[in-house]
Amino acid sequence: MRLVAARGVSKVFANGVRALDGASLDVGQGEFLSVLGPSGCGKSTLLRIVAGLTPPSAGAIEWPAGKTDLGFVFQEPTLMPWATALGNVALPLRLGGVARGEREARAADALGHVGLAGFEHTWPRELSGGMKMRVSIARALVTAPRLLLMDEPFAALDEITRHRLNADLLALWERTGFTVVFVTHSVFESVFLSQRIAVMAARPGRVLSEIAVDAPYPRTAAFRTSADYAARCRLASAQLAEAMAA
Amino acid sequence: MSARFVAPVVMGLLMLGLWEGIVRIAEVPPYVLPGPIVVAETLVSDWGTLAPSLWITLEITLEALAAAVVVGVLLAVLFSLSRWIELSLFPYAIILQVTPIVAIAPLIIAWANDVELSLLICAWLVAFFPILSNTVLGLRSVDHNLLALFELYGAGRWKTLIHLRLPAALPYFLGGLRISGGLALIGAVVAEFVAGTGGSASGLAWRILEAGYQLRIPRMFAALVLISAAGIAIYLALSLLSYLLLWRWHESAISPEG
Ligand SMILES: Nc1ncnc2c1ncn2[C@@H]1O[C@H](COP(=O)(O)OP(=O)(O)OP(=O)(O)O)[C@@H](O)[C@H]1O
Ligand SMILES: [Mg+2]
Repeated sequence: MRLVAARGVSKVFANGVRALDGASLDVGQGEFLSVLGPSGCGKSTLLRIVAGLTPPSAGAIEWPAGKTDLGFVFQEPTLMPWATALGNVALPLRLGGVARGEREARAADALGHVGLAGFEHTWPRELSGGMKMRVSIARALVTAPRLLLMDEPFAALDEITRHRLNADLLALWERTGFTVVFVTHSVFESVFLSQRIAVMAARPGRVLSEIAVDAPYPRTAAFRTSADYAARCRLASAQLAEAMAA
Repeated sequence: MSARFVAPVVMGLLMLGLWEGIVRIAEVPPYVLPGPIVVAETLVSDWGTLAPSLWITLEITLEALAAAVVVGVLLAVLFSLSRWIELSLFPYAIILQVTPIVAIAPLIIAWANDVELSLLICAWLVAFFPILSNTVLGLRSVDHNLLALFELYGAGRWKTLIHLRLPAALPYFLGGLRISGGLALIGAVVAEFVAGTGGSASGLAWRILEAGYQLRIPRMFAALVLISAAGIAIYLALSLLSYLLLWRWHESAISPEG
């Protein structure tokens, strides 16, 4: 079943930049979808339009079963420096009017899910880059949204941390069953994580083609070093090159 | 004791010693330039006259600063809520700021018809602009992704103001406040000079004028010392306030050693 779809979405910014031109995308219920494309092809713009943060110039976002609640993870951690990790994660609940006791319990729970139990009262400046990113993910998860939109959340992290957060995210997704749209510019990351990859091209920004990744879950560290994974990455790279050349 | 504290104190003592030495060796009469010891003696002997004046100047300064905070922050919030209010009012705030206070003080004194009130208005006029402009800047310097996040969770203007814009503006506001503290004192003193009258309640500026007419130069210096001390005390108090509010989270309050 379809959860959300972009239909011929175009975006022309006030300065005349045509960021998107007729981009279409289907997102299935419970799916893990990656959006892969070079820098500047409009991935962030498309994600913001899907979230309703930016209006499209043309085209539409369709929600066949009504708009669901969603969580958004930005490319940077985007934490409030004046609030502790707990305060940051509790923000969506606070804005939603959830009582203090309940929201703190749920925020502590969400921090536990991203492996930050015990860091509730730490200030953002005392956290490492990877920990800040995990706080940001916990904040997106705390409302238990049905759709999680992630904009290159691990792009700024080192490989070791990125691999661990990849595994954590997959475990969470398998356990909870929410839908993920994951923007990345890494073929390897998208093959490891997702069931399907939407390939975007720049100038004008549009969705070129799709790559299916039908490897079974759970995908573990062993999968990452397997010949199967290497072959899939090679195939995806070839398909990507083909799509780009076309 | 850090060098930050010791260095200026040692420097100050050296300068005072030099001053006293020059006055003694050159036998400068106290009505031309009193040495620091004479000034200190005058401070003690004239304390009965100077203390009430110090209190009055401080009172006007602090009241003006409080009014500047209230008006500056309220206007800044209004500006952030409505582009139209900002466009129509901000130029006038700038005009008020760039008009020299000595030029408009006589008008204010004539209109207000009350010395203390007119001093208060003058001190407020010079103090409020840094608070206004800094707070406006702070309210606008909000991470646009955080703004998007607040929008995503359906926070209206009011919640965005309380939970996002105001905390983000706090460091900017405190920076403006520190500037305004000194300006309020200057405004209070300058306006009293222009008023040129003691009235029922005389501040330190009037004591300086009066001592000048009477050629009591040591007392003039003693009053000057009190004004400087008041300025330093205000600055230190506002810096402490800023530190207490920011030390846990803001970069400006974090010592390099961590
Ligand atoms: N607010 C804006 N105003 C004007 N132009 C913009 C704006 N936001 C993005 N653009 C332009 O739109 C194009 C697409 O930007 P977008 O941020 O969506 O790219 P991206 O695919 O996310 O790139 P990256 O991988 O580097 O994050 C770029 O050319 C960019 O310069
Ligand atoms: Mg981007």
